[in-house]
Amino acid sequence: MAERSGSGVLSAPAAHAGHAGAHPAPRGFLRRYVFSTDHKVIGLQYLVTAMLMALVGGGLAALIRVQVAWPTLAVVSPETYLSVVTMHGTIMVFFVVSLALVSGFGNFLIPLQIGARDMAYPLLNALSYWTIVPGCLLMLLAFFVEGGAAAAGWTAYPPLSALAEAVPGSGLGQTLWLLAMALFIASFTMGGLNYITTILNCRAKGMTLMRMPLSVWMFFVSAVLGVLAFPPLTAAALMLLGDRHLGTSFFLPGGLVFGEEVLAHEGGTPLLFQHLFWFLGHPEVYVIVLPAVGIAFDVIAAHARRPPFGYRISVWATLLIAFLSMIVWGHHMYVSGMNPLVGEYFSIATVSITAPFSVLGINLIASLWRAKIRFTTAMVFALGIISVIGTGGLGGLYLGTSTSDIYFHDSYFVVGHFHLMIGVVTLMGTFAACYHWFPKMFGRLMDERLGKLHFWLTYVPMMAVFVLMHYQGLSGMLRRYYDHSMYAFQAEGIELARVISYFAFAAIAGQLVFLVNFSWSALRGRKASENPWEATSMEWNTASPAPHGNFADDPVARRGPYEYAPPGSRQDFAPQWTA
Amino acid sequence: MSSSPAAPAAAPGRGLPALLAAAFVACALLVVLGVWTHGRMPALASRHGASIDAVIRYLLVATGILFLLGHGVLAFFVLRYAGAGERGSPHASARTEWRWALVPVLVMCVLSEGGVLIVGLPAFRQLYVDTPADPWVVEIVGKQFEWLVHYPGADGKFGESRAELVSDARNPLGLDKKDPNVADDVWTRGQLRLPVGRPVLIRLRALDVIHSFTVPEFRVKQDLIPGFLGRTQFEPTRAGKFEIACAELCGLGHYRMRGFIEVQEQSEVDAWLSDQDPAF
Amino acid sequence: MSLAHAPALATTERSFHGVEWRKLMMWLFLVTDALLFAGFLGGYAFCRLASDRPWPDRTQVFDLGFITVMTFALITSSSTMASAVLAARNGNRSATRAFLLATATIGLLFLGMQAFEWTHFIEDGGRPWENPWGVPGFSAYFFLITGFHGTHVLLGVLVLLLTATRSLRRPNAAEMVEVTGLYWHFVDLVWVFVFGCFYLI
Ligand code: HEA
Ligand code: HEA
Ligand code: CUA
Ligand SMILES: [Cu+2]
Repeated sequence: MAERSGSGVLSAPAAHAGHAGAHPAPRGFLRRYVFSTDHKVIGLQYLVTAMLMALVGGGLAALIRVQVAWPTLAVVSPETYLSVVTMHGTIMVFFVVSLALVSGFGNFLIPLQIGARDMAYPLLNALSYWTIVPGCLLMLLAFFVEGGAAAAGWTAYPPLSALAEAVPGSGLGQTLWLLAMALFIASFTMGGLNYITTILNCRAKGMTLMRMPLSVWMFFVSAVLGVLAFPPLTAAALMLLGDRHLGTSFFLPGGLVFGEEVLAHEGGTPLLFQHLFWFLGHPEVYVIVLPAVGIAFDVIAAHARRPPFGYRISVWATLLIAFLSMIVWGHHMYVSGMNPLVGEYFSIATVSITAPFSVLGINLIASLWRAKIRFTTAMVFALGIISVIGTGGLGGLYLGTSTSDIYFHDSYFVVGHFHLMIGVVTLMGTFAACYHWFPKMFGRLMDERLGKLHFWLTYVPMMAVFVLMHYQGLSGMLRRYYDHSMYAFQAEGIELARVISYFAFAAIAGQLVFLVNFSWSALRGRKASENPWEATSMEWNTASPAPHGNFADDPVARRGPYEYAPPGSRQDFAPQWTA
Repeated sequence: MSSSPAAPAAAPGRGLPALLAAAFVACALLVVLGVWTHGRMPALASRHGASIDAVIRYLLVATGILFLLGHGVLAFFVLRYAGAGERGSPHASARTEWRWALVPVLVMCVLSEGGVLIVGLPAFRQLYVDTPADPWVVEIVGKQFEWLVHYPGADGKFGESRAELVSDARNPLGLDKKDPNVADDVWTRGQLRLPVGRPVLIRLRALDVIHSFTVPEFRVKQDLIPGFLGRTQFEPTRAGKFEIACAELCGLGHYRMRGFIEVQEQSEVDAWLSDQDPAF
Repeated sequence: MSLAHAPALATTERSFHGVEWRKLMMWLFLVTDALLFAGFLGGYAFCRLASDRPWPDRTQVFDLGFITVMTFALITSSSTMASAVLAARNGNRSATRAFLLATATIGLLFLGMQAFEWTHFIEDGGRPWENPWGVPGFSAYFFLITGFHGTHVLLGVLVLLLTATRSLRRPNAAEMVEVTGLYWHFVDLVWVFVFGCFYLI
C-alpha cells in the first residue's frame, strides 16, 4: 500500500484510473493545476491565494502599528491611514481567513473526510475559485486609483461610504471595494451550496451524519450560516451602489450638508444599512470561527489519543450557536440610538450565546482529560486555540452586556476582542490544519522544530498584542484614530501602543517562519506515510498525498470518526474504514 | 495498515508540556494581575456612570475567575496527561458528558444574564427609563469635524434650523432668523458648559455623516445619526474640564474632532452664557 | 453556470432523504434568493414605516387593473409549468416541450407588460432618485425590487428555453424540468409578495 504515495495533487496521476465512478486524472499542467476541478487542487489554490493576500494584510497591519505607536513620524497621511485600516480589515476577514480556512480547508477536507471522490459539483467549485481571483485583484487595484482605496471602515457605513464628498476613499475606491465584495459573496455562496449538497448527498456508505468528524459538522453549519446570512449583505451592497451611482436615497436622509452644499438626497435612513450589514456581519464571524473549532476538535482527538469529550453535545451546541447568531446582530448597534428595549433584547440574546459556546470550550478542555497527549506542532496550536477562545470569548461578554458596551463600544477593547477571535483563533486553526493535514496535501511532513518556533512566535506575541489592547480600551482609547496624542485621556495609551507594536512585529516575523516552513516542507520535507498520526477518520484511508479521485476503493464507514483507545483492542485506535 | 514511522515520535520529553503549562498559567496570572495594577478607567464624573462601573467591575471579577480556572485546568491537563499512561481513555459515559454540558450552561446563564438583567439594570434605568426633573437641555450638532453646541437661551426653546441656511462661517447650524425662538439662542464651536449636580439632557443630531458623542469620564457614548434626532442624558457629579471625542469613523478628521466640556456651578454657567453673543 | 453542463458526478452518488442533489442545490439556492428578496422587502418596509411623510397613494400611481392582468398571466404560467413537469414525468417529450414553450411565452408576455408599466411610470416622472408622488424611496424601491424580479423572470425564460431545446434529450430530463419548475414557481411566488407590497398595501 505504501507504493501509492507519490501520486496526488502535485505528482503524477495515480494508477487507480478506470475505477468505477472516478474519472481519469486530467493531463497537462493547466488542466491539472490551474483550471482543475479537483477539490484538493482548488483547496490548495485557495490556501495559496490566502497566503498571498495575508502578506498584504500583514503588511498593512505593520503600517497601522507604526502609525498608532509613533504618530509623530506620520508614516502615512490621515486619509491613507483610514484606507489602510479599512483594507486591512476587509482583506483579513474576507480574503485571508475566509479563504484559507473556510474555502481552502473546507474544500480540501470535506470530500476526503466523508469518503467522497469530489465535491457534488466540481465545476461550480472551480468557478467559485475563479470568481474570487478577480475579486482579490479588484480589491488590490483600489490602492492605485484616484482618491485611494475605500476608507469608510470594513463596515462601510453610509453616509460615509456613499458620498465621495465625505472622504476621498469614497470615490472609485469604494466602488471597487463593493464590486470585490460582490464577487466574494458570489464565490462564497457557490461554495456554500456545494458544501451543503456534498455533505448531505455524497457521503460514503455507512457515513451517517453522526459519524462525520466534528470538522465536517462545523464546515456544514458554517456553510448553512453563510448561505443564510450573505443575501441581505448583497441587498445592502446593491442598494449602496444605487445610492452612489444612481442618485437613489436608500440610506441617505434629507438635508445632508457638506460645506455649504445641501445634497438632493431625501428619505433614506443610514440605520437600515447597519441592520442589513450586521445581519450578515455577525453570523459571518461564526462562519469563520466554527471551522477553526472543528479543526481543533479533530486535531486534539488525534494527538490526545482519546475521543473528543461530548461529540453529540458539541454538535447540538454548534447548531444552537448558529441559530442564536442569526438573532443577535443588534449588539453592534447598542449606542446607535435604537430603541433601548430592543437593545436590551439583543443584549439578553447575545450573552446567551456564551452558554453553548462554553459547552464547546469545556468539551475541548475535557478532551484532554485522561488523554495521552503527543505534543506535535498541530497539537500545540490546537491547545493554543482553547486559551485564545477563552480569552476572546470572555471579553465578548463585556461587549454583549449593553450597559458596559456603552463604555467599550468602538474602543480598542473591541479591537482586542475581535482580533483574538476572528484573527488569532482562525489563524491558529488554519495553522493546526496545515501541520496536521500537510501529509495529505504534499505527502510530506512539515518541520516540527520550525513549527514549534512558529507556535511560540504566534501564541505569545499575538496574545500580548490583543490582550494589551483590552487595557487600552479600558483606559478609553478609541479605534480608527490616526493620532491619539491630542486627547488627555488617550495620550497615555501611546506608551502602551509602542509595547504592543513591538509584539506585533514579532508576530508578523513569526509568520515568515511559517511561510518558509510551508514551502520548504512541500518540496523537501520528510516523506509521510499514509497515516502518520495514527488517526481514525476517513481522510487517512488513502495515500499521502491523496490521489485524484481520493480513494482506491469506494470507502465504507464502519464506525464513528474518533475511535481512539477502543476497549478490548491491542491497537490504541480503530480507523473508521477497517472492518 | 502501513507502518507509522516517525511522527508519533515527535512526542518530546517533559520540556514542552511544562513550558506550555507555564505559558498558560503565566498568561492567566499576568492578565489578572495587569488588570489589578494597571487596569484604570478615567476618573468617574457622572451619576449613572457608577452603575456602569459596577457592571464592569462585576464582569472583571466573574470572568476573571473563569479565566483563571480555565487556564488552570488547561495547564493541569497538559502537564498531567503529557504522554502519560498506557493509552487514552475511551468515550466518557453519556451521563458524564451531559453533566459537564449542564455545568457551563448553568454557570454562564446565571453569570451572563445576571450581568445584563440584575447588575446592569440600574444603569439601564438611569440611562433610558428615568425622566429627570428640570434638566439642563442642550443640543449638540456633529459635523465634519467639530461639535457645535446649541443653547436654547432664556426662553428655553431651540430655534428652527434648516439645511439650506447652513453657512460655515456665520451660521453653521443653519438657524432660521425668522423663527422668534432663535433670537436668544446661543451657539459655540465645541464649548459645552454644564452645571454640576443637575441632570443634563442632550439632543443629538448630525449634519453630514454619523458621529458619536463620547465623554469617557461620564461613561457616555451615543451616535449622532443624520436624519434622526437622538438624545442622551446624564448628571455630572463633579466640576472640572473634560474632552468630547468622536467614536464613530466620520472621515479624515475623525481623530481630531475634539470638543471641550466645562462643568461648573449653575450660577457660573449662567453667567458665562449671558456673556455670549446671541445667535442674531 | 447552466445545469445543462453538469458533469458526470464524480462522487458516490446518493440522495439525502430522497432529494436528489441537483434538486437540493436548487432548493438551497432558492433559500438564499428568498433571503435576498427578504432583504429588499425588509428595507422597503423599514423605509415606509420610518418615513415621516405619507406614502404615495398606489391607486393614483398605478393602473391596478393592468397589474392584475400581469399577475394573472404569471400565475397561469405556474400551471403550465406544473403541466410540463407532469408531462416530463410521464415521459411525454413533445407535450413537455409544448408546455415549457408556453410557460416561456407567458413569461415573455409578463416581461413585455412590465416594460410597458415601467415606461408609464417613467413617463409620469418616476426616477430612481425622485418622483412626483412624494417620498423618493418609493420609486427607488419600485425600480430596485420590480427590476430585480424582472431580471429573475428573464433568467427563468432563458432557462426554460434551454431546458426545452437541450435538456429534454438527456436521460435525466424529467429531473431537469422539475428543477427548472422549482425556480419558476419561486419567481411566481416572489411576485405575489412584490404585488402585495407595492400594489395592495
Ligand atoms: C470569530 C469571530 C468572533 C467571535 C467568535 C465572537 C464572539 C463573540 N462576540 Fe464578537 N466581534 C467580532 C468577532 C467575533 N466575536 C468582530 C469582528 C467584532 C467587531 C466588528 C467591528 O466593529 O469592526 C465583534 C464585536 C462584538 C460586539 C460589538 C462591540 C461593539 O462594537 O461595541 C459584541 C457585543 O456584544 C460582541 C460580542 C461577542 C460575544 C458575546 C461572543 C461570544 O460568542 C463569545 C462566547 C465565548 C465564550 C464565552 C468563551 C467560552 C470558552 C470557554 C468557557 C473556555 C474557557 C477556557 C479558558 C478560559 C482557557 N462582539
Ligand atoms: C482575520 C482578521 C484579522 C487579522 C488576522 C488581523 C491581524 C492583525 N491586525 Fe487587524 N483588523 C481586522 C482584522 C484582522 N486583523 C479588522 C476587521 C479590523 C477593523 C478594521 C476597521 O476598523 O474597519 C482590524 C483593525 C486593526 C487595528 C485597528 C486600527 C484602528 O482601529 O485604528 C489594528 C491596530 O493595531 C490591527 C492590527 C493587527 C495586527 C498587529 C495583526 C497581526 O496579527 C498580523 C499578523 C500577520 C499576519 C497574520 C499576516 C502574515 C501571515 C502569513 C503570511 C501566514 C500565512 C497565512 C495563511 C496560512 C492564511 N488591526
Ligand atoms: Cu466625528 Cu468621528
Ligand atoms: Cu457580533
